[in-house]
Amino acid sequence: MKRMKKLLMTGAAAAAVCTTLTAASAGTLETIQERGRLICGASQGTPGFGAPDDNGYWRGLDVETCRAVAVAVLGDKDAVDYLPLSGQQRIPALQTGEVDMLPRTMTWTLQRDANGINFTTPNYFEYTGFMMPKSLGISRVEDMSGATVCVQTGSTTEITVNDVSAQFSLNLQPVVFDNTSATRQAFFSGRCDALITDAGALASVRASMAERPDDYVIFPATPYVDALTPAVRGGDDQWMDIVRWSVQALIAAESFGITQANVDDLLESDNPRIRRFLGTDPGNGAALGLEDDFAYQIVKALGNYGEMFERNVGMDSPLKLERGYNALYTDGGLMFPLAFQ
Amino acid sequence: MITSLWYSSKARGLAIQIALLGGLIGFAWWIGSNTVDNLIERQIKTGFDFLTAPARFPISETVVTYSPDDSFLWAYVVGVANTLWLSMITIVLATLGGLCLALARLSSHPLLSRLASGYVTLFRNIPLIVQLLFFYGLATSVFPPPSRAISVMPGVYLSLRGVYAPSLTLGPGSGLFLVVCCLAVLTAVLARRSLRKHLSAVSSVAVAVIVWIGICLLGWLLTGRPVGLEMPMLKGLNFQGGLQLSPEFSAIIIGLTLYTSAFAGEVIRGGVEAINKGQWEGGRALGLSERQILFRIIMPQALRVIVPPMTSQYLSTVKNTTLAVAVGYPELGLVVNTVINQTGQALESILIMLAVFLTISLSVSLLMNWYNARIALVER
Repeated sequence: MKRMKKLLMTGAAAAAVCTTLTAASAGTLETIQERGRLICGASQGTPGFGAPDDNGYWRGLDVETCRAVAVAVLGDKDAVDYLPLSGQQRIPALQTGEVDMLPRTMTWTLQRDANGINFTTPNYFEYTGFMMPKSLGISRVEDMSGATVCVQTGSTTEITVNDVSAQFSLNLQPVVFDNTSATRQAFFSGRCDALITDAGALASVRASMAERPDDYVIFPATPYVDALTPAVRGGDDQWMDIVRWSVQALIAAESFGITQANVDDLLESDNPRIRRFLGTDPGNGAALGLEDDFAYQIVKALGNYGEMFERNVGMDSPLKLERGYNALYTDGGLMFPLAFQ
Repeated sequence: MITSLWYSSKARGLAIQIALLGGLIGFAWWIGSNTVDNLIERQIKTGFDFLTAPARFPISETVVTYSPDDSFLWAYVVGVANTLWLSMITIVLATLGGLCLALARLSSHPLLSRLASGYVTLFRNIPLIVQLLFFYGLATSVFPPPSRAISVMPGVYLSLRGVYAPSLTLGPGSGLFLVVCCLAVLTAVLARRSLRKHLSAVSSVAVAVIVWIGICLLGWLLTGRPVGLEMPMLKGLNFQGGLQLSPEFSAIIIGLTLYTSAFAGEVIRGGVEAINKGQWEGGRALGLSERQILFRIIMPQALRVIVPPMTSQYLSTVKNTTLAVAVGYPELGLVVNTVINQTGQALESILIMLAVFLTISLSVSLLMNWYNARIALVER
């Protein structure tokens, strides 16, 4: 009898283990709501895009993208945990469910898309750039013959270095590092002539790490613009839609002229599109499994895309980046709102 | 019937064995099927088809030729070659370093033995990764940029991009030249033999060396100067040509060697001290010098004690090479990380890495076990 009891208990324990494991494969939305926190893959310290400030409060464009999703899903912009990930950690972390989403940092590529990553909607367009000390007197790729380039593994830039080198017969010598800070330190110590990464990140590195930012020049490595896109793991379409439309809400708000300041007034707008967008006329939120006013809540908490951009990386920040490709399509940029209906 | 089976210890043992084995197989099956289910659910492609596709990413240093047009499979081979190269150099250097350290610690000279014990304490107690980062930081901050490189001697430059030295260039006819050089060695040895009766040991060796150099020089001129030196030249941003010893490679070699030497030294010292004092005394009684006693009597016996722990030191060294990733040396780990990122095939890449390290480690221990068996005490 005693033995029987023991056996039953073992069985029960095994069953318990199995149920916890099945729970893990439930929908991402339910998992997050149950947990009460959104887990976001952050970068390893790129001021302007994602880095904790002096008080340990995370700030940056990527961070606010995560906050927007947290507002939509949990109604609280601070219900986010940030997990700093290196370039090569982020994909496995996303695929295994260690993080719920990756904001911006990843370029939308065919290979990644086909291999278990779902991309939502581009929220940052930029070219890959080189940064070099001005003292070397080089400001275009064609003159870089024989240059040593610090490269971080786990990015598309490794391939860009190779492509550029082959295209212009430059014989570039890559020095490849595994982590972000090692790559940057190697560049500033003079181990490499140039540092390659996304132009935005270069501007951030220059503003935050260079002794005299004016001593460094940034120029495009290729004529091609990359679409940096918040990503989620494959296999959960509802979650992909939620992240996509949360990010889109920021862009759409800007195109409607809705800002953090005037969003309350516009709740009673006569424009049917704005009424649907803000949830005054219901339907949009419910279709995604969210509150109907999720877009209103996002703008109320964070403002629109333009406000976010200026605050973190634009003219109101040390990075002083131009809107460029990231302006609305009506202003000559590539940001295009999808239809909220 | 059932009760009698229950009380039979043989039947009970068998039942437990079967239950355990069944549990293990079930567990493995459960892990496997769970993995497969999750991979399908998350739309992750599996399989080794990607290995033949072009890798397209650069690898900064290679011991075998590599270009980004080569396949992922070849990129792995390059990574394995770099890992082996790193392991081999470190193991040889650390063994020699360890031997010197052990002898220093055992010496009766107080300064020498204390210095050695201080060294061991210092290097054994600092995490390897910290040492690597320290040496890498040193290599890239102490030296000047290439434009102001320190010229140690003509053709040898020190800069924060590493050490540049002339390299050998082999032109047509270098095969012939090599043959001449080998024959010259033979001549020199014969010359020394015939001179030994007339000259002291030192001067006969000197004459032999002069003979050898003379013949080689003559051969070099006669074969049309096939072997030359390529000097590194500062062209544009960097030195071009010649040999380059990169700061990444230097840092990992120096760091790993210093760290492993400390352990190897202690293993060797332990081995020597394990030999009975009577062996030393016996040797002295026979009138042998201390050096003769150490290398002819003590060491051969100490090896039996040294080899097994040394094997595990070598194995850790091979595994420690993966830390090279922190200072940017492209060993297997870095290649695997890159491949995972470019293809998303994490499971396959990690499996390959596991297989490679298992193979290397098992080969090292097989080799060492064979050596251990060879030097083992043969009982008659």
